[in-house]
Amino acid sequence: MPEPSKFKGVGPHWPAGNTPLNVGSYTRIKPKIDVSQCSGCRLCFVFCPDGAITMQDDKDPVVDFNLCKACGICVNECPKKIIEMTTVESNA
Amino acid sequence: MKIKDIPREEHISNSLSCAGCSELLAVRLALKVLGKRTVAIVPAGCMSTVNCYWPQIPFKTPMFVSPFAATGAILQGVSAGFHYRGVTDVNVLAIAGDGGTADIGMASFSQAIISGRKFIYMCVDNEAYMNTGGQWSSTTPPGALTTTSTLADVAEPSLSNHKDLLAIAIAHRIPYAATASPSYPLDYLEKVRKAAATNGPSFLHVLTPCPPGWGFPSEKTIEIGRLAVESGMWPLCEYQDGQLRITHVPRQTRPVAEYFQSQRRFRKLRPEGIAQLQKIVDARQEALEKMVSPRD
Amino acid sequence: MPEKKFLTGNSAVAYAVKLAKVGVIAVYPITPQTPIAEKLANLVSTGEVRAEYLRVESEHSALAACLGSAMAGMRSFTATSSHGLAYMHEMLTYAAGGRFPLVLAIANRSIGPPWSIWGEQQDSIQQRDTGCIQLYVETAQEALDTTIQAFKIAEDPRVLTPVMVCLDGFHLSHAEEGVEIPDAGDVERFLPPFRTSATLDPDNPMTLAVGASGEQYTLWRSEQQTAIREAGSIISDVDEEFGQVFGRKYGGLVDAYRCDDADLIIAIMGSFAGVARDTVDSLRQKGVKAGMLRVRAFRPFPNQVIRQHLANARHLVVIDRDLSYGNEGALCSEIRGALYGQGNVPPIVNFIAGLGGADLLADEIESVAQEAIQMTRPEERKTVFQFLENK
Repeated sequence: MPEPSKFKGVGPHWPAGNTPLNVGSYTRIKPKIDVSQCSGCRLCFVFCPDGAITMQDDKDPVVDFNLCKACGICVNECPKKIIEMTTVESNA
Repeated sequence: MKIKDIPREEHISNSLSCAGCSELLAVRLALKVLGKRTVAIVPAGCMSTVNCYWPQIPFKTPMFVSPFAATGAILQGVSAGFHYRGVTDVNVLAIAGDGGTADIGMASFSQAIISGRKFIYMCVDNEAYMNTGGQWSSTTPPGALTTTSTLADVAEPSLSNHKDLLAIAIAHRIPYAATASPSYPLDYLEKVRKAAATNGPSFLHVLTPCPPGWGFPSEKTIEIGRLAVESGMWPLCEYQDGQLRITHVPRQTRPVAEYFQSQRRFRKLRPEGIAQLQKIVDARQEALEKMVSPRD
Repeated sequence: MPEKKFLTGNSAVAYAVKLAKVGVIAVYPITPQTPIAEKLANLVSTGEVRAEYLRVESEHSALAACLGSAMAGMRSFTATSSHGLAYMHEMLTYAAGGRFPLVLAIANRSIGPPWSIWGEQQDSIQQRDTGCIQLYVETAQEALDTTIQAFKIAEDPRVLTPVMVCLDGFHLSHAEEGVEIPDAGDVERFLPPFRTSATLDPDNPMTLAVGASGEQYTLWRSEQQTAIREAGSIISDVDEEFGQVFGRKYGGLVDAYRCDDADLIIAIMGSFAGVARDTVDSLRQKGVKAGMLRVRAFRPFPNQVIRQHLANARHLVVIDRDLSYGNEGALCSEIRGALYGQGNVPPIVNFIAGLGGADLLADEIESVAQEAIQMTRPEERKTVFQFLENK
């Protein structure tokens, strides 16, 4: 965890959206999506609790490993079953 | 709204919730519809604890960690303050667990509804005090084990020691209330939209399955939510302008036994208990169908 | 124009709330504070007060509602007593720790059982560790003036701490006296507009009331302590400034009566100070150099100022309308603590009086004072209960 730094403002409050820790850093398995078969249903994007899946034009979902906790919901919900969990070397 | 219309922008990110947490999903989806001009009041519970420990601040929108029993009162104050200042373009949203709504939060919840103030009270219900390890709450379903249940609680399951929050909200003559599930995102988000458009209090009771608390693998969260609706354990209804209606009839129905067998928390239910609960659920469904207005 | 009216302490507080242009009021009724809630409802109905009047189901929710409206950018107000203040306890700590500038009036009353709706200071005393500033007033006029001052103190950017204005139940809350209600324009100029940094603002999004541990937690707590300690000088300054604008002031942290050359000092909080003044005059006529020290600010406890006033006292009577069960009266302990290590430490008689609304007469104080005069050794600790045959 980072060093306690000078807070902004008075009292136990903190500016929004500051997240020094990447919650995806705890898992070494991540979903791998075969985008060539993606139908663009967007369900993986919808059902990911952590919002780790983004897409530019609906048919190119990308998983952000920094945010992904490898819960497996996308694997389970993809109607075409084109997502599978794999071991990754690093979060890069 | 269609799936492709769900906005891309994220208003909460890098939360310390468990993998597969449907409460986080419910919050994430609701904020997409409500937008960034939304202030969240979140009492003690999963959604505050995993989102408020310095220095990890996942909410990108304003959020206040409310004292456990006071959510309804905070809502009254925030809503009144905005009203006085003529602030009309900010959603006031409570994200309270079942403990903070049905138990310790019940008094302020009840008073907030009859205040008539404009806010959305969303109860994310994982059916126990999951944030502290899974102690019993008054929304724990009959037959479910919790860390403070005794075997006597599951031996003769009944609805008599269970609170029906939708019925309680309706008893307060709330302008808008609904049950929902993130497993049915379009039904859910339409209800969020209607709640936000209500010119007064609204209540959303969202079933949020909990992988560690209910005892199922994290990838099955959405599936368990579907099973809850299909088995009749969680009817999807809506109460608006004094009329109750069912918003989604599942394409298939399943026996409650399937729902119970999918989660470890029901492991002590005996066949007699399961049969009893099937009868209870069937009776409840029948009563519900009698209560709803004719469909238009 | 200022106007003069016959007002009870409760009404005086209500008028102060009106003058301070409070925007959100959330009050749960409890004897003897109820007339504050009722008077404010009346003022809102007639339009004299423009505020959102919230009806909550408990005192805990009352302060929570004020906290909510403060986060929405509004000056807010609540009031309570006794059991209600006890019910509000969590919220007091929450407001203080969260550095929310809230003002609340307490009509001091005992907490049962034994049940008593009558005055006592136990209710606010037992909240002394919550981190709220506590000011105790002697008259209905002071109740009005101090409530106005309270907003200025609480909202000062160096303070940002809740302020409790404490007035004795029934003796002050319900008794009428001639009170001057200041001019509204003067008060508006005296109080700057409500401003706090802890707000729910989509244009400046924050998470408020975060969790913390270790170093960060201690850092925030030490800042909270620094702020409430520094509030001592701000309490004095605001009282001084109030005196300049409105012509009345109360001594800031303490109100000293004939203490300069006093051998015997009677320390007290609240409205019974008026009785103690009579005792002082009576003793003086009998050749005893007596003085009275009314502690106005109990939190932050004015250690330094008290030491100054007690520097030459040879006997001390501390009157407590409360008792920290298991030890002694709270004011007595705190004064004892202030005198620790000083060159002059007089023997102290702790007089526990006025519990459960009991009236306190000048004669009773005087006979305890005579007992105190007999004591010469500072290590003598004596507690005397009103009404009881004490050895």
